[in-house]
Amino acid sequence: MDRLDARVPQISPRRPFRDTAATFGALAWSGFRRYLTYRQATIAGSFTNTVFGFLRCYVLLAVAAGAVGGRPGGYDAAQLTTFVWVGQGLLSVVALWGWTELADRIRSGDVTADLLRPVHPVISYLAPDLGRALHALLFRFVPPLVAGFVFFDPYVPGRPFTVPLFAVSVLLAVIGSMGVRFLVNATAYWLHDARGPIVLWTLAAGLLAGLYFPLRFLPDWLAVTLWVATPFPGFLQTPLDVLVERDSTPVQAGLVGLQACWAVVLLALCALVQRRAERRLVAQGG
Amino acid sequence: MTVIRMDGLRKDFTVRVRAGRLRRTKRTVAAVDGIDLRIERGEMVGYIGPNGAGKSTTLKMLTGVLTPSAGTVSVCGLTPVPQRTRLALRIGVVFGQRSQLWWDLPLRESFSLLRHIYRVPAQEHAARLRRCVGLLDLDGFLDTPVRQLSLGQRMRGDLTAALLHGPEVLFLDEPTIGLDVVSKQAVRSFLAELGATGDVTLVLTTHDLADIERLCRRLVVIDHGRVVHDGTIEALHTRYGSRRRLVVDLDAPLPSGFTVDGATLVSLEADGHRASFDLLSDEAGPVVARLAALSSLRDLSLVEPDIEDVVARLYAS
Repeated sequence: MDRLDARVPQISPRRPFRDTAATFGALAWSGFRRYLTYRQATIAGSFTNTVFGFLRCYVLLAVAAGAVGGRPGGYDAAQLTTFVWVGQGLLSVVALWGWTELADRIRSGDVTADLLRPVHPVISYLAPDLGRALHALLFRFVPPLVAGFVFFDPYVPGRPFTVPLFAVSVLLAVIGSMGVRFLVNATAYWLHDARGPIVLWTLAAGLLAGLYFPLRFLPDWLAVTLWVATPFPGFLQTPLDVLVERDSTPVQAGLVGLQACWAVVLLALCALVQRRAERRLVAQGG
Repeated sequence: MTVIRMDGLRKDFTVRVRAGRLRRTKRTVAAVDGIDLRIERGEMVGYIGPNGAGKSTTLKMLTGVLTPSAGTVSVCGLTPVPQRTRLALRIGVVFGQRSQLWWDLPLRESFSLLRHIYRVPAQEHAARLRRCVGLLDLDGFLDTPVRQLSLGQRMRGDLTAALLHGPEVLFLDEPTIGLDVVSKQAVRSFLAELGATGDVTLVLTTHDLADIERLCRRLVVIDHGRVVHDGTIEALHTRYGSRRRLVVDLDAPLPSGFTVDGATLVSLEADGHRASFDLLSDEAGPVVARLAALSSLRDLSLVEPDIEDVVARLYAS
């Protein structure tokens, strides 16, 4: 080819799904690859999560020892151990905290570049986030899990469907968490600075997702309300309850179904907010 | 074939102004105030104006990033905002102050990712990349993460990124901003070669008028959101009475207030031995002959009118 030709890219009409999947896969890989470059941050994050795992585990085991019947919220000591250590690993997979990329790009005006690509902005953030989650699953999830197994006596699930259901639940947790993070960050389209909503999200997510204590410690009416009316329990509490087999198999499946509903609602909300935001977009700085 | 069409294009922004201790009032500012423009396939158009004139806002409406407040716009037969995703496949955009590349990834991986995003067949992608690497001399830093690139390297990377899917229209918003002389020349040569093919329509906004002189036959000047000139650079010179300047060094000094047919004396230096004249016509020969008849000439030079002066006068007016 001697010159830079200017032909329109050919997209085969016979394999639109394959092309879409290839684009999605490439974007997801970019998310994985980006996080792979920050090795020291990965090591430091894993270490911190493991240290806090010990703290949380001892606190919850003390609660279990002091509770009537030794089963606070319906968990025994082994289940609580698994709850804590898998939760410490999942914390970075679902990325409850610290993601401000979209808000930063809106504030600087760099979001313009996102809008110039032939991919829906929600997809262009969702796919790399799944790549990021895969990276966290491989490099941030495993170290706390190993610590839990080495130093404690965790619960190992016994039902055949538990682990596959847990995998689906984690995937839905990542999608749901990304949806809320996207919405919180997207407030910057209106506020220009999303730090306030991000702080609120950080406070609410830890508390309402079941990180500080299992939501089953709350009165039933409150726990059920949180589960049905908010997406938060789906980010951490649901996958952990599925894994420790806190409930019967139908309830396990029902909780994951609820997660799926919230994931769909959140993605639809993201698309709606994005569309509204684009109509009033003021790209900052020339 | 008309590739870009704007009819009464307008973009208003609402600005809140403090009107007391607590009170704020809204004010509407027209960043683009009714632009009508047609750009044909293969044209290279310089789109210039002072800061805040509405250049970048126009480009953002043409690329579907901003929704127009009024008027219609069409690029490659598509309406940019509702058909932005489809349009993105057919245009390339470089915003000099922003990057399309992935900050954490090496340039090569950013390009590979773009291949999948734009769904370009592998062979086409490889051929275009090879071509860009050769022309823009990217070889030395293809494996460097974008965050470690210099501005010039990043800009060359961004240009490549905008071209890898073979766009029909290329929008360049200050592509040489902050670049050193060598990088500027590399970018200009590359764009000149690209424009020479006649396949790509190029719209270039810049404050560096050397970019325009080198690349664009057509110049559109906007100010306060309105087109104040649309035509060739020569037409702009004619409109603002730009003159070629003749500078002569003479053996005998000229008296102050000296006049000669066909030119106007502008300045006298070196005790009248050096004189500058603005030529009143395109022909310098008769004036030179008249001056030579008065005194022998040691040296002479012809200075072409400076586009920056003309544009500065245009902005000021």
